[in-house]
Amino acid sequence: MTARTHMPVGHEARQVKGWVGAHRFLLLRRFSQLFFLALFLLGPWFGIWIVKGTLAGSLTLGVLPLTDPFILLQGLMAGHWPEMTALVGGLIVLVAYALIGGRVYCSWVCPINPVTDAAHWLHRRLDLPKGWQPKRSTRLWILATVLIVSALTGVIAWELVNPITMLHRGLVFGMGFVWAMVVAIFVFDLFVARHGWCGHICPVGAFYGLIGAKSLLRVSATNRVACDDCMDCYAVCPENQVISPALKGKPGSSPLILSPDCTTCGRCIDVCSVDVFKLTHRFDDAVVAPPDPAAAPQARAARPV
Amino acid sequence: MSLVGKPLSPQRRRFLQDSARAAGGCLVAGSLLAYLARDARALPAEALRPPGALPEDDFLGACIRCGLCVRDCPYDTLKLAELGVDAVATGTPYFIARDVPCEMCEDIPCVAACPTGALDKGLQDIDDAKMGVAVLVDQENCLNFLGLRCDVCYRVCPVIDEAITLELSHNDRSGHHAIFAPTVHADHCTGCGVCEKSCVLPEAAIKVLPTRLARGSSAEHYRKGWEEKAEKGGPLVEGIIDLPDRLPGPGADNLAAPGGYEPGYNLPGAGQ
Repeated sequence: MTARTHMPVGHEARQVKGWVGAHRFLLLRRFSQLFFLALFLLGPWFGIWIVKGTLAGSLTLGVLPLTDPFILLQGLMAGHWPEMTALVGGLIVLVAYALIGGRVYCSWVCPINPVTDAAHWLHRRLDLPKGWQPKRSTRLWILATVLIVSALTGVIAWELVNPITMLHRGLVFGMGFVWAMVVAIFVFDLFVARHGWCGHICPVGAFYGLIGAKSLLRVSATNRVACDDCMDCYAVCPENQVISPALKGKPGSSPLILSPDCTTCGRCIDVCSVDVFKLTHRFDDAVVAPPDPAAAPQARAARPV
Repeated sequence: MSLVGKPLSPQRRRFLQDSARAAGGCLVAGSLLAYLARDARALPAEALRPPGALPEDDFLGACIRCGLCVRDCPYDTLKLAELGVDAVATGTPYFIARDVPCEMCEDIPCVAACPTGALDKGLQDIDDAKMGVAVLVDQENCLNFLGLRCDVCYRVCPVIDEAITLELSHNDRSGHHAIFAPTVHADHCTGCGVCEKSCVLPEAAIKVLPTRLARGSSAEHYRKGWEEKAEKGGPLVEGIIDLPDRLPGPGADNLAAPGGYEPGYNLPGAGQ
């Protein structure tokens, strides 16, 4: 098994499903990220004004307002009651992500995601140690700190440093020195802390995780009986603490990945050569039964019921 | 003391340690963030906020930096501050009057575009905008103050003859000309910056400054007697006896003794 864990991640999946099959969700995500960025760029670049504004707040086709609820919350903490347009926009975003999964924003929309993904790709390529790993709850502490600082200073505090909106605004309006911040995050994730920014620090992700805690769209280890312990899903998952309860849960436990930390990036589905995971909804806790009771019990034998 | 004999829970100890560590880290990070927040309030004097912008302290709690005001500005006056380039809180809208002034659109599209009210919808008439106040900062270089008839700031002012007037005075240098001094009346000035943009000098002699820099303020209790008197339509204190003014002393054109009184040593008989 040691030899297998040292094979490149997703190697088997590539052999079984082909390159495209083993990168389906990654390709879809990159497309989605580009799509949302393109919506914002069509205006300033080509004069096609479908969406105006930035991820912090936008207006689509002149009618649909969208506002980042986390920025709105900081504004409320800072003592400003916003106008109805922003409130409605914030509510729409809140409800949408509460339904599809808060951190879907992280892996399907956020422009920092390709940066940290690239850092992680290189990190694995160079076989670097995982480095500083503060608790996953650190981001919740930072989230609370940001809200407190907003309340104390009367300023929307995280927007002074938020690399997500800065990079997005940089691309849509003008970069300034935002590139330096992007490089800093890349280096931080590459050398200082594996999955450091998105997995431990970013309070925006923490906030979206909280609002999507009960979301409908979920990944499920439906076919967990087929798992051959290759560990590729753990290696590729940016929040791999979410996998075990679903994949290695006792028989009878839910195969659904219910942790709000899961970004529904779908990479576990991609890299699994035996198709353990699938994208489904949170009420679908069906598990594939072992096809032949005699063939499966290996896993059960280790944990007698 | 009461702890003696009770086994201390390692989980509890661990929990307290972790919490203390996280709280400590957050205190440091939060302090840095608060420092940045305080720093962000220092708006440079040449950077002007769009019409209707809340006072700077409130503005930074209300503006979500979406850029919709910038998009709807038809003259490309507004821009979003870029990180590390402009000394304005990053991502917030502003303009530099000398680059592109505000053209004072009647429908105020920037205010209409603002989703949060950081640009106050209460501003209905652009003439009521207070983006700053124009100040003729350099009388020594202003051509009008030198006795020439430049008048450009006065002529381009969208609120001509109210926000800027030309005040006449005698030109002592030539002895027989007038000086037409451009004079700003802050009550009517919107701070649009068209005067600053149009000043013909290489460095504008008239500049729009934030109100906090441009204006003084009179004390709360201060009353202007002549205004009070005009409002009342009569003397403020009734029944004051108007004594005759003291007249010049010996000789009506006695400039040596303006009060009319000779110093004692000049009086007849003194010092002799």
